[in-house]
Amino acid sequence: MIKVQKEDFNISEEIESLTNGDSAIGAISTFVGLVRDQDNSEVPTSVLKSMTLEHYPAMTEKKLLEIETEAKSRWNIKSSLIIHRYGQLELGEKIVFVACASSHRQDAFDACNFLMDWLKTEAPFWKLEETHSGNDWVDKRESDDKAAERWK
Amino acid sequence: MKILYFAWLRQRIGTDTEEFVLPNEIETVEDLINWLITRGSGYADAFAKPEIIRAAVNLEYVSFDHSLDDEDEVAFFPPVTGG
Repeated sequence: MIKVQKEDFNISEEIESLTNGDSAIGAISTFVGLVRDQDNSEVPTSVLKSMTLEHYPAMTEKKLLEIETEAKSRWNIKSSLIIHRYGQLELGEKIVFVACASSHRQDAFDACNFLMDWLKTEAPFWKLEETHSGNDWVDKRESDDKAAERWK
Repeated sequence: MKILYFAWLRQRIGTDTEEFVLPNEIETVEDLINWLITRGSGYADAFAKPEIIRAAVNLEYVSFDHSLDDEDEVAFFPPVTGG
């Protein structure tokens, strides 16, 4: 299931609803991404004030569904969920949640990893960081490209 | 044709959406970019480094040699940074 929303969400409720009474599920792997401060050891206080996530709604929905379908074709996944938020988020708030349920742990671990790596490079979201010295669009990271590459 | 701009492309161009009839001489995404940059300094600034820009046509990533149709929805944006 895909949810693209502005609102926050409750992790335990989302995990509970994932199993939905399916007794064949023996493993759930999850990932939560949070708004974190910029890496700047010289400045003791927080640099980041907030972060705004922009997205391309129709394409986001389509891409996330494709990524989820791909994960289900590669691993034995009983149930999965991707939640991605947009709009303005404060330091420490949840941005993304990925959960995969399977019979055995390895499928859940791998599918969860794959979903995050592909989401990072395929889903049309952009982060604008609002700091005390101005606003900056976040640059893409080469390490994200490399992480996605290993699943090809 | 409908064109959408996101993130800093949207800011530099000053709009998020525009619609117009595709001029006859424009066949590919690359032609479209070359035409857009003649429309003002905001466009020239937005497309100054075309190699880092990603294009999508009808919600699918495409390369710049992709052929365009007047009914297409084209989107231009920087590398994605979600997750």
